[in-house]
Amino acid sequence: MDIKKIYEKIGFPRLIISTFLIILLITAATLKLPMSGIWQDIFTRFGMNAILVLAMVPSIQSGIGINFNLPLGVIFGLIGALISIELGLTGFASLFVALIVAIPLAIIGGYLYGLMLNKVKGQEMTVGNYFGYSIVSFMCIFWLVAPFKNPELTWAMGGSGLRVTLSMESSMGGVLDKFLAFKIGNVVFPTGLILTFILLASIVWVFSKSKKGTAMIVAGSSEAFAASNGVNVDKQRIIGIVLSTVLAAIGIIIYSQSFGFLQLYNAPLYVALPAAASILIGGATLQKAKIIHVIIGTFLFQGLLVVALPVINILSEGSMAEIIRIIISNGIILYALTRKAGEAA
Amino acid sequence: MMVPIVFLVLCLGGFFLSGLPVNFLFNEMVFRLSRNLILVLSLIIPVISGMGLNFGIVLGAMAGQIGLIIIMNYNIGGIGGLFLALLLSTPVAIFFGYLVGKVLNKAKGKEMITSMILGFFANGIYQLVFIVLAGRIIPFSNPNMLMSTGTGLRNTIDLNIVRKSFDGFIFSGITSYPIFTFIITILLFVGLYFFLKTKLGQEMRAVGQSMHIASVSGIDVDRTRIISIIISTVLAAWGQIIYLQNMGTLNTYNNHEQVGLFAVASLLIGGASVDKASWKEAFIGTFLFHLLFIISPLAGQNLMGNAQIGEYFRVFIAYGVIGVALLLHAWEKNKAITQLSDI
Repeated sequence: MDIKKIYEKIGFPRLIISTFLIILLITAATLKLPMSGIWQDIFTRFGMNAILVLAMVPSIQSGIGINFNLPLGVIFGLIGALISIELGLTGFASLFVALIVAIPLAIIGGYLYGLMLNKVKGQEMTVGNYFGYSIVSFMCIFWLVAPFKNPELTWAMGGSGLRVTLSMESSMGGVLDKFLAFKIGNVVFPTGLILTFILLASIVWVFSKSKKGTAMIVAGSSEAFAASNGVNVDKQRIIGIVLSTVLAAIGIIIYSQSFGFLQLYNAPLYVALPAAASILIGGATLQKAKIIHVIIGTFLFQGLLVVALPVINILSEGSMAEIIRIIISNGIILYALTRKAGEAA
Repeated sequence: MMVPIVFLVLCLGGFFLSGLPVNFLFNEMVFRLSRNLILVLSLIIPVISGMGLNFGIVLGAMAGQIGLIIIMNYNIGGIGGLFLALLLSTPVAIFFGYLVGKVLNKAKGKEMITSMILGFFANGIYQLVFIVLAGRIIPFSNPNMLMSTGTGLRNTIDLNIVRKSFDGFIFSGITSYPIFTFIITILLFVGLYFFLKTKLGQEMRAVGQSMHIASVSGIDVDRTRIISIIISTVLAAWGQIIYLQNMGTLNTYNNHEQVGLFAVASLLIGGASVDKASWKEAFIGTFLFHLLFIISPLAGQNLMGNAQIGEYFRVFIAYGVIGVALLLHAWEKNKAITQLSDI
């Protein structure tokens, strides 16, 4: 295997970003930053974000492309978590109740959304994006008038509506992170969090190898070919988007329990772009995505964010880290959008 | 015509609920129309050349802001300074427009989502230039523009030296209404009308109808599309300068972000679609959108007892209207495709 082949295999964006990450890591080491804290953050943030990135896989596989409407699933996840907190549950019970409420809602919502997407083939990403924005702003009104009573959820000083950020300290905060967690040196490894991702990733992987999953991937790669083989393309696309929405709902619950806070109002708007950027950095294209792309992409993207912040805080001012995030995440999506179909990203 | 009528009804209902006095509303609308019409106008040409709604006008707005930042740095005020800003922003906007056009030519069929992501991406570059590089690598002679640390532009820059200079030019002695801005806006609208009758304008229409047929009949499709985006970007740059001289303050890092969203929502509320737009829709839409913008917080306050609801409601309307318009358009287009293949 000559160098050119290896280069093609790695791909231009991954090469740039891994080089950048390695340079940052070396700088961090020479600046004598506490590396244990950095690794701890990388593991935790990997676990927090990986499921949201995983949600992109079924939607790309079924031919819909990037699911810019991730906020739809996120909102069902938030509703699940809110109901569980309202009931005053704690620990694993509260996590499971949140999931049990969120998943059926996400299935129904994803199904209806899938029906709609089948009417707008070719424009899924643009329509999905604005549909997501509309849902989020509509839900802003809902959060204001929602009949929740638990003082943990509503404003302390009176006034109507739910708080912007809710602490999950007394409910499900960190239950998965602490589950089976062990210490290597100073690094606390969030075993439960990573295991949850592995479990869900295996489900998606097993599904994609099953008969149903293969039909979905065939429908995604060539509509005409799938139709001539008797695959109902519209149905496969709905399966893809339902899976994606459910994963997004689970993803935000896992994310919030690790983060310790539930973010309402405009927060769901900022979910889709980083997830899309992560999977594309991992090597997925608008037509093709695998679990390995999720793992590589989330690791590189989150690693970059975690390492960049302390390093840049020393070398330059803090806003630089945020600027790098904006440029990299949008740059990679732009790069993928301007590739022709079939070209590797 | 369904969409504008629905919004007219909404506006009328909101008007009675808000209980705002008519003359206040009239004054507010005059200024809002004068500062937003050119931005909405800038969207029309890309729609006609088949590139959909150009969310990339965010880059045009940035070019306009760059022009203003330069004149503020050298403290050149008055109408002369404003014209200088317009002049300086033009080559920047042409350059940006060229880049946007190049990128969009690589993403045919996905122009709208690409132009939107391009706007986000450009925002990152803009912040890099004006937060990190300004004052450090890019010299600024006016220390009032920079943050106290000496690097990065301030979040808000007071445009007092050019404030309303364009609006009040020539007619400031007679009336406080922005007569000059309206005259220029009307000239631009008329100019657009005649431009579409020229050979280039007709070629843009042809490209918009079918890129394939246009290229067979000898039109350079890629070039025509780039020119169309350049015109749009330049108009957006001018529109943003005129908007900001009316407002009187520049929010260095926020002013351009919502430009694309509000302009696109305005045009769509006027009844335009992804492939059809004209000056009528631009005018009606801008009027209705901004009317709704003024009255919805107060209507929300009076109806639900919570002004915040009206606030979220108008954001919901802006996004929702774009979402529904895009949905209906893609729906219609898909129907047309299936009908063709059925034959």
